Amino acid sequence: MTDLCSLTLKEAIEFAKKDGAQPLLEAFQKRATALNPKINAFLRFGAAPINKREIPGLLQGVPVSIKDNICIDGREVTCASKILAGHVPPYNATVIEKLKSAGATLFGQCNMDEFAFGSSCETSAFGACRNPWDLERVPGGSSGGSAASVAADMTLAALGSDTGGSIRQPAALCGVVGVKPTYGRVSRYGLIAFGSSFDQIGPITKTVEDAAILMNILCGHDPKDSTSSPERVPDFTQSLKRDLKGLRIGLPKEYFIEGIDPEIEKSVRAAADLYKKLGAEIKSISLPHTEHSVAVYYIVAVAEASSNLGRFDGVEYGLRVPTKDLREMYFETRDQGFGQEAKRRILLGTFVLSAGYYEAYYLKGQKVRTLIRQDFEKAFKEVDVILSPTSPTAAFKIGEKVADPIAMYLSDIFTIPANLAGIPAMSVPCGFTSGGLPIGMQLMARPFDESAMLRAAYAFEQETGIYKKKPKL
Amino acid sequence: MEFKIERVAELARLNLKSEEKQKLEKDLGAILDYVKKLEALDTKGVEPTSHVLNMENVFRADEVKPSDAAEKALEHAPHADGRFFKVPKIVHRD
Repeated sequence: MTDLCSLTLKEAIEFAKKDGAQPLLEAFQKRATALNPKINAFLRFGAAPINKREIPGLLQGVPVSIKDNICIDGREVTCASKILAGHVPPYNATVIEKLKSAGATLFGQCNMDEFAFGSSCETSAFGACRNPWDLERVPGGSSGGSAASVAADMTLAALGSDTGGSIRQPAALCGVVGVKPTYGRVSRYGLIAFGSSFDQIGPITKTVEDAAILMNILCGHDPKDSTSSPERVPDFTQSLKRDLKGLRIGLPKEYFIEGIDPEIEKSVRAAADLYKKLGAEIKSISLPHTEHSVAVYYIVAVAEASSNLGRFDGVEYGLRVPTKDLREMYFETRDQGFGQEAKRRILLGTFVLSAGYYEAYYLKGQKVRTLIRQDFEKAFKEVDVILSPTSPTAAFKIGEKVADPIAMYLSDIFTIPANLAGIPAMSVPCGFTSGGLPIGMQLMARPFDESAMLRAAYAFEQETGIYKKKPKL
Repeated sequence: MEFKIERVAELARLNLKSEEKQKLEKDLGAILDYVKKLEALDTKGVEPTSHVLNMENVFRADEVKPSDAAEKALEHAPHADGRFFKVPKIVHRD
């Protein structure tokens, strides 16, 4: 019998139709128990045994894991922060309702950067998560636990959330597929908020087909999220075709810049050549305001974050530090509850929103955000999909960038623009460095045209078969 | 740099340990220097983006629905008393 943990989601569903989901749950329980002490991808994991032979729904009871900023009724959720440790939400996020109705078993709750603030999963209050390809390196972040658990075959698939690249960058660094849908495609109800005008939930999977299967389940309008879109949801699995004739793919010159690892550039350019062979048209394009993306993001997203994190004050849930009066309780609870990166972003966000600085920083940031959106609008008149590296480097060493926040922030330079513009984007494995670390390429598409990028991703993946290579653990 | 960490920390209701204050002040100064480069861009006449979807106000019918959210929320409160969240004294008597 083949190792059940190495199955794709699609294969596992087929298995469960014949033999039930219980053997899968047992296999994942065993593997996660063995590997989690090394990788720290899960903050908690485990599922009650499934006695029933048949589980209704497309997913047939197979296990899926969830980033620990998505609420599950009756289960602890922490955002990897001490300020929420022990908090048990009294309701399900909409994506959890949808997964449950589709027959998923909720398995692991995945480690992450504290409140999704980070690109390395090192800011977790419960210990760094490690990259399954090299345990001395980071898995990327903030959905590092989600990506690492999928790469290490500790789960079939996982949900992540993406505010500035938090699904795509760890997917690239761990050699798996990660999709950030169009803003508004997936309900944010029950996702603990970071940057409300950026946040999107999306799947992290072993294959493009698995991602399309989960996209079909997750997407759609939700009356509980006023920013969720009424746009019609197509059957994404129908877009998985190997024929790319007529597809126009743009290579933005601003994404191939100094500072990018030459092996990454080479790998993504080779992917462009392959696309040409597969019948796509490759065009050079320009997104002139790209270099300002990180600056805009670190004004607007931290402003939203500082406002969203105002609710953690010790009154209604989570940590409360006992003090003699209320005012002191706020200050002490927040001091002891938040880690360094959370404090850094709360302070920065508070500053850019404060009287006297609002216009120079926040309003200016919002205006440049408009320029970046317009760059994409223009580009998408000429091309259907944009191809770039996902991250300028492969997985870096644990501790390498901790002391220098700007160096850490720049690791998201290629993923942030899609969040600023609200467009869909995904990362697909496209090769390996000479040191054996995974390389990811990013595909971006027009708003609500996830089908176009999934089609391009699928054709590449099937042609190269890169996803079949696994880390040695 | 106009950034005064004590003032901002006060606004953010955040006590900072003295050993972390210096490092945070240095980091934030560097980040603000980095984002300053936006000043060079001409944004005259550019509308700010606060939201990427071109959606207008979203309304729904104002209907009463059963909810046990209040009871459930109180179950996990750090300190509750009956139907209320309990907090330390707000004003002290002299």
